[in-house]
Amino acid sequence: MARMKVATVWFGGCSGCHMSFLDLDEFLIDLAAQVDIVYSPVADVKEYPSHVDICLIEGAVANDEHVELAHLIRQNTDIIIAFGDCAVTGNVTAMRNPLGTIEPILQKVYVEAATLHGRIPFEKGIVPQLLDRVLPLHQVIEVDAYLPGCPPPAERIKAVLVKALSGEPLTLEGSDLKPG
Amino acid sequence: MDTTDLLEIAERERAARTPRRLRCCTAAGCLSQNGQALKAALIEAVKTAGLTDSVEVVGVGCMGLCSQGPLVQVDPDGPLYEKVTPDQAPAIVAALNEPSAPADDVRVGDPTHPFFAKQVPVVLQNSGKINPERIESYIEVGGYQALCTAVREMQPLEVCELITASGLRGRGGAGYPTGLKWSTVAKTESDRKFVVCNADEGDPGAFMDRSVLESDPHRIIEGMAIAAYAVGASQGFVYVRGEYPLAISRLKTAISQARRLGVLGAGVFETRFDFRVDIRIGAGAFVCGEETALMRSIEGHRGTPRPRPPFPAAKGLWGCPTLINNVETLANIPAIVANGPEWFAGLGTGKSAGTKVFALAGKIKNTGLIEVPMGTTLRTIVEEMGGGVPGGGSVKAVQTGGPSGGCIPAEHLDTPVDYESLAQLGSIMGSGGMIVMDESDNMVDVARFFMEFCMDESCGKCVPCRAGTVQIHHLLTKLRSGKGTARDLDVLRELCEMVKQTSLCGLGQSAPNPVLSTLRYFHNEYDTLLNDPMTPATKPLQTSTETR
Amino acid sequence: MAVKTLTIDGKHVSARDDQTILQTAREAGIRIPTLCDLPGVGPLGACRLCLVEVTGVPKLLPACVTVVQEGMEVQTNTERLRRYRLMIVELLFAERNHVCSVCVANNHCELQDRAMEIGMTHSRFAYQFPKLDVDTTHGRFGIDHNRCILCSRCVRVCDEIEGAHTWDVSGRGANARVITDMNVPWGEAASCTSCGKCVQACPTGAIFRIGATVAELEKDRTQLSFIVNARENKQWLG
Repeated sequence: MARMKVATVWFGGCSGCHMSFLDLDEFLIDLAAQVDIVYSPVADVKEYPSHVDICLIEGAVANDEHVELAHLIRQNTDIIIAFGDCAVTGNVTAMRNPLGTIEPILQKVYVEAATLHGRIPFEKGIVPQLLDRVLPLHQVIEVDAYLPGCPPPAERIKAVLVKALSGEPLTLEGSDLKPG
Repeated sequence: MDTTDLLEIAERERAARTPRRLRCCTAAGCLSQNGQALKAALIEAVKTAGLTDSVEVVGVGCMGLCSQGPLVQVDPDGPLYEKVTPDQAPAIVAALNEPSAPADDVRVGDPTHPFFAKQVPVVLQNSGKINPERIESYIEVGGYQALCTAVREMQPLEVCELITASGLRGRGGAGYPTGLKWSTVAKTESDRKFVVCNADEGDPGAFMDRSVLESDPHRIIEGMAIAAYAVGASQGFVYVRGEYPLAISRLKTAISQARRLGVLGAGVFETRFDFRVDIRIGAGAFVCGEETALMRSIEGHRGTPRPRPPFPAAKGLWGCPTLINNVETLANIPAIVANGPEWFAGLGTGKSAGTKVFALAGKIKNTGLIEVPMGTTLRTIVEEMGGGVPGGGSVKAVQTGGPSGGCIPAEHLDTPVDYESLAQLGSIMGSGGMIVMDESDNMVDVARFFMEFCMDESCGKCVPCRAGTVQIHHLLTKLRSGKGTARDLDVLRELCEMVKQTSLCGLGQSAPNPVLSTLRYFHNEYDTLLNDPMTPATKPLQTSTETR
Repeated sequence: MAVKTLTIDGKHVSARDDQTILQTAREAGIRIPTLCDLPGVGPLGACRLCLVEVTGVPKLLPACVTVVQEGMEVQTNTERLRRYRLMIVELLFAERNHVCSVCVANNHCELQDRAMEIGMTHSRFAYQFPKLDVDTTHGRFGIDHNRCILCSRCVRVCDEIEGAHTWDVSGRGANARVITDMNVPWGEAASCTSCGKCVQACPTGAIFRIGATVAELEKDRTQLSFIVNARENKQWLG
């Protein structure tokens, strides 16, 4: 049987979910025996592969690069898992949303708060444009499963991965659904 | 004070009448079109012509055809002048000398037009005919005779039975049998009971109750007094919305006149029945038309609904049994007592007796108020009486029941208007608002308009209505802007069902109706707005003008 | 006092004739999810989580205010009810800014508990992200409107147990807010006795003790039931 192709992606989040993934400890060795990590912030791959079986997406959708990549991932991936609270709800990343559109926020952070040479970072094609509103992943693309937590405990990640590897439905119940 | 006294007052009033009268509408519709200045100009013209002894200018209530206001009717049997301006007053007065020839250059209405000819006025019997600011004017046409008969010659339970036999159902929207409600309150034992007239009319486009209050306020007081006698209440409240200043002022005048004459107060018509009426003015919340919220508001609290049961009939104002009826329901009472239940049951259809007042609005030529027997078809109302769409377009749908109702498509125009038929079509009778839409109206916009109304008017107490209406409105906005997906439509449908089934009061339970009925009859207008789920929104906004 | 017998989820139970379906179900060990309910203060019937189906009644009935009747057949956990409850919780999460990860009540929050109990994986509704205030003028307690679900427990506990009626609700619909006195900052609310009952009553992190940090705010509802028992059962009079 072909080894499963797994990707992990890091959008608008703190990478805490990926840290928690690394907390899987020795299960990582079992995992490595069964899957190929084809794309991940911890693996230096530049292009998202043309076919991926399972993709864990950490973080909320916060800029135009995230939107673009999210659509590409959806096209090339069988199962997408919203990985952690930022992807599921927007969480801390979305806490700027009540403050309004992005321009005044950038102005406040990069210009008004600057002590020297305040200016809003902008470089077309290099610095991604922030969206006016940070969105949870499922409001941008179809999501197949949700793995909540800030970060999701390693055991919860393992539970989902085990189900995914054995082809079971990726449903969580009870305390495994606890956000935060 | 008894029947003889009433007849005497009526006789005096008739004797004081001038041979000719100019009835000038002074209800809100005509007043907003300079009706006050017109009335003053008519009085001046009569004076100038030296006719003060033979011609009287009478301020009356609504004559119905608001779109052609201000209206002036010449009595007896003279022409009905439409869209009259103050400078036309001398011409109208001059034409009084020649009864057969109306004044030149003033538009004359056609009394044989179906708008007038097909009406059967019961509730609006005196509207536009009597002076709403004089109790004598009401007594002249037989007013307060019914109350006198009830309190002096009938037992309270007999009155309840009479109303039951008439088949009258609540005109506020739900159509609950009025007689049953009355007997329930009558049979509930308590030292203190209340009667409440719900005049918190709030549906967009509906102004039936306002018109009755402005045109014939004593009718409501008489209806309330009969109700109070029947159920054993001694105190009543009229809960009227603050946006109706003229109705409030006329009600106040009417109450003090009735009190002075001994028709209200201690020992009504020299019997042992006491009844006082007070006015409570709403502060602009639609939800206060819901009976439990209305009662909270009368008690001086924040007007939010509570779960029923207990129903007001068991536990109402300050925990006492309370009868709550809508303005139009109460306005039917004096006529039923005067003419008998068989007469009333003979009007309308089997399950929906009597008449119903409708406020015609939207894409319709003759906007205004009409009163027709139950069972009249929508087509008769909209096309014949209302004159159809101005400019000859075709009717696409008729919205009944306001934000709680639904849109009935043109193919069902032959439906008779009664409680059951409208419910079967996914709408409701409602309080009587009837808004006509033509082919240029987008039904998603219509649904969105009503949802915005409900969202703004939700009191915020229960979660489904408070948060659900916001999300339904959001989904409709998203769909309308061409960014919606098939999934959004599924969520919309599921959410509408949930808000309908789980909301605490009638506002939330009926809020999804305009969406559900447009989804049912105009599904294609939603479908054409759909976007492919995986691509960004590029499709232009589409306005569907297809016929079904 | 008469006793009624009825069935809840097929189980035969008996109840005093003044008991609600919710009380009866609790005594019988049948769980019905609630949020606005708070033992010790009057029922509200507003969160709609406790809606149940009763055979022969077309409408769903709130278990917290519906009194039992002889022979009633109650269903508390049908597929339809589960679907509605899920939507109610999803609506609440989308309505304001409930960010569990940075909330004082994380791990001790009834909204979070209901989400898990009902099985919410995510909210299908658009997050509203309203801009809401946090009022810490009281000095000891604060109100964070971002976390408020308008259950009005604070209003009822302050009115019915403390008798101060400092809290009430102003505005309507999505603009409804709990307020102190005539909508003045809490620190200026003259009627507040600083008893802290509202802090104990609040199901989420909306009303909190100043100084509590993320996940530190544990509520002690037994304080409330202690007072109510003392009052209703005269337990302090010996």
